[in-house]
Amino acid sequence: MNFWNDPLKVAADWLLGIFTGWGMPELVAQILIGFLGIFVLISLLMVLDIFLVWIERKVVSRFQDRIGPNRVGPFGLIQPFADIIKLLIKEDITPEGADRVVFNLAPILSMMSVLILWAVVPLAPKMLGVDLNVGALYIIAAGAISTLSIIMAGWASNNKYALIGAFREVAVMISFEIPMLTVLLIPTIFAGSMGIGAITNAQSVWFIFLAPLAALIFLIAAIAELGRAPFDMGEAESELVSGYNIEYSGMKFGMFYAGELLHAFTYGGFWSILFFGGYRFFGLEQVSAFLAIAVILFKALVGYWIIMWVKYTLMRIRIDHMLAFNWKFLTPLAFVLLMVVAFMNALLKGTSPWLYVSGMFLSNVAVGWVALEIARVTSRKAREQVEGAKRVIEAEAHH
Amino acid sequence: MVPLSWYLIFAAALFSIGLFGVLARRNAVAILLGIELMLNSVNVNLAAFWRYGDVMQIAGQVFAIIVFAVAAAEVSVGLALVISVYRRRNTVIADEIDLLKW
Amino acid sequence: MTGEQIMFLLVALFTLVSASRVVTTGNLVHAALWLISTLFGVAVIFALLNAGFLAVVQVVVYIGAIAILFIFAVMLTRKDMRDQGPQLNKNWWFGGLLAVGTFGGLIFLLQGWSGLSKTAADFPSSFDAVNELGIALTSPTGYVLPFEVASVLLVAALVGAVYVAFNRK
Repeated sequence: MNFWNDPLKVAADWLLGIFTGWGMPELVAQILIGFLGIFVLISLLMVLDIFLVWIERKVVSRFQDRIGPNRVGPFGLIQPFADIIKLLIKEDITPEGADRVVFNLAPILSMMSVLILWAVVPLAPKMLGVDLNVGALYIIAAGAISTLSIIMAGWASNNKYALIGAFREVAVMISFEIPMLTVLLIPTIFAGSMGIGAITNAQSVWFIFLAPLAALIFLIAAIAELGRAPFDMGEAESELVSGYNIEYSGMKFGMFYAGELLHAFTYGGFWSILFFGGYRFFGLEQVSAFLAIAVILFKALVGYWIIMWVKYTLMRIRIDHMLAFNWKFLTPLAFVLLMVVAFMNALLKGTSPWLYVSGMFLSNVAVGWVALEIARVTSRKAREQVEGAKRVIEAEAHH
Repeated sequence: MVPLSWYLIFAAALFSIGLFGVLARRNAVAILLGIELMLNSVNVNLAAFWRYGDVMQIAGQVFAIIVFAVAAAEVSVGLALVISVYRRRNTVIADEIDLLKW
Repeated sequence: MTGEQIMFLLVALFTLVSASRVVTTGNLVHAALWLISTLFGVAVIFALLNAGFLAVVQVVVYIGAIAILFIFAVMLTRKDMRDQGPQLNKNWWFGGLLAVGTFGGLIFLLQGWSGLSKTAADFPSSFDAVNELGIALTSPTGYVLPFEVASVLLVAALVGAVYVAFNRK
């Protein structure tokens, strides 16, 4: 194993040699190296987070036909650092009547729920934080903690708008966990295991070609989980005066904001790992671990760009339409898709790869088409009902 | 190496704390919190016996998963009842809900 | 004292302190938040017992759904934003006595058992608990019947809860 293929093991062995040379017992040295690895990963993630702020502002400005930050540094690259300095020097306010401990704990929990997700992201064939064999379920568990942090923020602010914003946001988040969980079972069926490393290893054909409808449902559910537009009821600026983070200022707000961007990037990463092959790119990842990291970062950035594209194009959806969309359309569709995929998988299991891929793809397209037809017929009936009532009212008004 | 007795004593302590919560609290929702603690202690007990007995016998984990499902069902129905009682009698103190009908 | 023992003692202490805060704190929302830390401690205990699937399901089901349900229920059943009055009813000393008696009785019963101080066998490395669990829950010679009955129970609870708590205007 040389450095280019397996940098983590080489570095860990070198550090272990140094630490035991200083006389430390081996167990303590290994724990220390583990902590050092966690520290390095989190530092790199936070630096990446800073550049995500820059990317977000440049991309939103291009969507809105303007240039974006370009004064501070070349192409505005130093702008996020200036923002951080501004947030750090602001006064640290806890509103009177707010619950101090819960109020200050909520942004920390929100950031924590994003950072713990990176323990299961495979960056390279041998660079994985923990190879959990229930990695796909771990993603949902981290989402549960972020739900908790939002309700803590909303309640502890002692503010009616914050509470309403938090309730709506949490209702959306726990509703959309169900289609996400169901769709996460589809790569599990293809790979035979819930572990993220196993799912990446099983993608000789990218799962987007096997289950495109599953990828679409996962994207919609992920955008709802993130609390980003068009599902951003929790922080609707024009309706709820910024929702659950009204009372947060300074670096606490910075944690919520940076945490949300990093969360979006992480879900872009998971979308690409589960459906676009993760670090795999036609064998490129065997050459060097650093190429694998570059591949997965590029795919995560593409996923993040698609999430941003959706955010800056679509309008916000009303809360009852959001929940009706989930419970009446997305959840039944996800369940039907799971049953169809499991059935086709059992049917086509041993056959040739071409037959398997085309069979799965066509079954997905068929399920999507039937769902859209049902939606069309139902909406036409609802529209005719409304228009019939309107015609009756107009006829009576004319008399 | 953690002996089995430590896990069992921990589960017994959690169960007793939950029992105190059920018997000594006024608020109906707080009583349900105590019931949750007791169900969790039972789950810890089951998982400990699975691990320290024969790991191949997966019945211990199956039992724990069925307990998860039953606890979720019971908590949802219990909280629905508490909310419904609150709408009628405007109180959730267990001592004040003492008339069958008026 | 091996590392595993120290780890278990720390987590058990954290969990028991959180559980005692659940049953003694006056503010109900704080009680729900202490319940969340207790549930998290129990999830760590599951992970220490090599039951990884149970640990993750504990976080998803208990913390992600049941605890949030408790917080919503607490907020829907209060007249204002503060909890008033003492939170223990007038016979709390008897409840305390009964709890201590139960704990003592359980310990006394365990003393007579010979297998009490056995330590765990090594976990077989090729044993995939999640796979075995899936097979056990779906095979006819396994536990498919309790699994299906549990799902029917959950549907019944869902319908019942919606019907009971429905707000007929």
